[in-house]
Amino acid sequence: MDWSQSLRLVAPEELLSVAGLVLLLGSAWAKTARDARAITWLAVATLAVAAAIVAPWAFGGVRGAETLAFYGLFTADAFASYAKLLIYAAAGASLLIAPAFFERVRGYRPEYPVLVLFATAGMGIMVSATNLLTLYIGLELNSLAAYVLAAFLKDDDRSAEAGLKYFVLGALASGILLFGISLTYGFTGTTSFAGISAALQSGVSTGALFGVTFVLAGLAFKISAVPFHMWTPDVYEGAPTPVTTFFASAPKVAALALTMRVALEAFGSQVSAWQQIVIFAALASIVVGALGAIGQQNIKRLLAYSSINNVGFLLIGLAAATPAGAAGMLVYLAIYVAMTIGGFVAVLMLKDENGNQVEQIADIAGLSSHRKVLAACLAMVMFSLAGIPPLFGFWGKFVVFQAAVEAGLLPLAVIGIAASVIGAFYYLKVVKVMYFDEPAMKAVRHSDWIHQALLAASALFISPAGYLLTKCLGGLAAAAAAALFHAA
Amino acid sequence: MLNHILSLMLAVPLLGAVACLLVDGRTARTVALVATLIDLALGIVLWSQFDVGGARWQFQENAALFAGFSWKLGIDGIALMLIELSVFLMPICILASASIEKRVGEYMAAFLLMEALMIGVFAAQDLYLFYIMFEAGLIPMYLIIGIWGGVDRIYASYKFFLYTLLGSVLMLIAMLWMVNEAGTTDIPTLMEYNFPVEAQKWLWLAFFASFAVKMPMWPVHTWLPDAHVQAPTAGSVILAGVLLKMGGYGFIRFSLPMFPEASAHFAWVVFALSMIAVVVTSLIALVQSDMKKLIAYSSVAHMAIVTVGLFAFNVQGLEGAMIVMLSHGLVSGALFLCVGVIYDRLHTREINRYGGLSINMPKYALFFMLFTMASVGLPATSGFVGEFLALSGVYQASSWVAFVAGTGVILGAGYMLYLYRRIAFGEQKNADAAAMPDLSARELVMLAPIAAAVLWMGVYPESFLAPMRQDIAALDARLSQARPEGDAKLTAGKPKAAGEHHEPAQHEGAH
Repeated sequence: MDWSQSLRLVAPEELLSVAGLVLLLGSAWAKTARDARAITWLAVATLAVAAAIVAPWAFGGVRGAETLAFYGLFTADAFASYAKLLIYAAAGASLLIAPAFFERVRGYRPEYPVLVLFATAGMGIMVSATNLLTLYIGLELNSLAAYVLAAFLKDDDRSAEAGLKYFVLGALASGILLFGISLTYGFTGTTSFAGISAALQSGVSTGALFGVTFVLAGLAFKISAVPFHMWTPDVYEGAPTPVTTFFASAPKVAALALTMRVALEAFGSQVSAWQQIVIFAALASIVVGALGAIGQQNIKRLLAYSSINNVGFLLIGLAAATPAGAAGMLVYLAIYVAMTIGGFVAVLMLKDENGNQVEQIADIAGLSSHRKVLAACLAMVMFSLAGIPPLFGFWGKFVVFQAAVEAGLLPLAVIGIAASVIGAFYYLKVVKVMYFDEPAMKAVRHSDWIHQALLAASALFISPAGYLLTKCLGGLAAAAAAALFHAA
Repeated sequence: MLNHILSLMLAVPLLGAVACLLVDGRTARTVALVATLIDLALGIVLWSQFDVGGARWQFQENAALFAGFSWKLGIDGIALMLIELSVFLMPICILASASIEKRVGEYMAAFLLMEALMIGVFAAQDLYLFYIMFEAGLIPMYLIIGIWGGVDRIYASYKFFLYTLLGSVLMLIAMLWMVNEAGTTDIPTLMEYNFPVEAQKWLWLAFFASFAVKMPMWPVHTWLPDAHVQAPTAGSVILAGVLLKMGGYGFIRFSLPMFPEASAHFAWVVFALSMIAVVVTSLIALVQSDMKKLIAYSSVAHMAIVTVGLFAFNVQGLEGAMIVMLSHGLVSGALFLCVGVIYDRLHTREINRYGGLSINMPKYALFFMLFTMASVGLPATSGFVGEFLALSGVYQASSWVAFVAGTGVILGAGYMLYLYRRIAFGEQKNADAAAMPDLSARELVMLAPIAAAVLWMGVYPESFLAPMRQDIAALDARLSQARPEGDAKLTAGKPKAAGEHHEPAQHEGAH
């Protein structure tokens, strides 16, 4: 283990941190919106370079000892690299959509791309963590940047409220997580995942069980799984839409990947200790996410409940605790990111004649009569989120349910899939409003070309054409899951 | 080309659908008509090239495009007949949509997408490919009912979507379990696979949940009258003509061959539900004042005869069920078209608003008469052949079921003739109805081919039975291991001692 090797493995995080610092310095001189735009593009380019660094690791399926850096505190295996690719893509998309949105409210500042870069570096550390302390550093680096991002429109009450709520509840969750970490350390004598796994091999003491429970509770807050989901609708609604896009995509991937690694690597020797917790969280998220969404009038709140619902389906793959389940989750995550970006970009493109954002569902009534393509894309996202074939969202649900059935969790699969019909109801409602109702003619203004291009790309991904990617995506996810289980 | 004819038949309407979205309304009508006619031509080629008595699965193609499942198509005689029904009805549906003026391009695209998916359902040889095609039909049908439907269209579209979705997701879990157990997604292999009997029962119930809703069987049929009444004419034709056949196709392709023991075990459930359906929905049809609702309820009754025929576990029952499905596809489609013809003129489906149409619309009355008679099951029409075979098949299994299902024919005559009398005969009560012009050339072109097909199937059903004979014999052989003992105690005919031979006739005479 030499330092150059370690430094090479953390290259993406170094790049993102250094670029973040340089751009922060640069933003001190940035005066105009044009400068801010330039900094945004530089940040996107940085993310692209970071993605180019991790891509060979993800495609090469690297795993084992040669991916460990800093004496086993950090790993750059195929699993982490796959998650990072998704995170960078989601972060890049959230950057690209931001200028057009913030310039409208004269709130765009170059700090936005800088904060996103720091958050992304934190997420990279989260998914690469193989030690509870690395985990905590990554989580906090991401969270602190995220609190500021939620309150980015400081003149907007809703944004400030969202930032405060996120901070208070996030701090509480961090406390719970730290408490769990300390219990785990106390009862196993180590903070390294491999060490915990070895220590738990012989059985779980009550104290260690408390540790597992508290760690999972803290992480459940980050992935907004029921019963730790309450902050999600408020924060998603209040935060500026590009920030919401970011929250709903990249940190979700990071937190879920982190949860997977903690559950399957650190606590992988005692699956029965946490499986019930995950099954409960999965079913509760599916049902609460679906029922909560029915009464929503605001489309961002609706998408927040939809993300809670989707996390429930993702957790079904984790409950299976098999390589197939982990691979299924990773495939689902990729599709979920595309659906989320598509959904929020479509929401961003809904503007009235003065250029103000339209967020009420009633205001998009009859959208299909005057904004055909936009309505069709949003309808595709809705049907895809509902998991109706032939859209690609079906495939994500399909692979996790397949893993659950293979793992013998038949009751979980039956209840989960039956509850997905409840979810279909509110997704249908959005389509109904857009297609069947009389036009309200509110959302009339067109958006800029970046939004259109991103929407087109995500619509193409979730269209039936996406099935052609199943082989490539499935192979990558299987290699990533194999890396995860190799270490366990 | 013949190697990929099924893919081609899927691609033509799909490309047509994309084209319809891009062009204006007038062109979209032409594009849709041309695309459906090309598919009809391909369908004729398919039938003419189908080797009757040859290999069981023909026109097979396989491309490993996806992870976990493959693009695998192929048809047997049963699938061939249902595909022919689909491609035959589609151009007629497009012609019947002349009165649609709102969002014509999207409308035509939705119909073409439906056509591709229906062909895909019947041609899929991969379990998951089947499921995707089967479920995907929900989206265009939801939009067709919801955008172009009548007053209560939104309620009807929700009901249609959620009912059928709930049924289908349970089937998906069953499919996942089956593939995990059998290790293959290939439908022909799964049709030969012997699942453990206990597991079969659960799987059968999961598939039943889906197919019973699609079929639809009593008591989960309530979405059908709502969907029919609110859908535009062409939507009703496709719904009755082809979509309902997916349920019956599911039973004959999945439930029966894959779970023969469970099918025998649960046959009484199917019989009980079907007997209730025949009597109850026929009586409900009798009191309807809305023409479309009446025909919708009659569909439920006819589909109940299909299910009793399928679960009779013998060749006659299976053949009868298939012919009833084909016949009902043509006849109920035609009846909905007949309703559409007068609805376009008077914009009401109230039976009382019409009367004496045989005076001012003689051609219309003639066609309507033919289809009414076919629906009743008059000999020389397609309805007779199917119902006779299905009932004689189920008689071998259970004479009581045959008795109750047989009352459906009588009640059917009751409500259909009553409908016809109120529409076509009697006085011309309403001046506006009396002033309606007779069939236009377009309407004649729609109805005449169906009339010809109905008579053809009634007079010479062999053309339709021959391609299916081998597949039904294979299915019968597969079912023989689980066939429950019937109560009919049929014995081979003894030409000299004719006494026993009359037993069925006496039974029929008893009521």
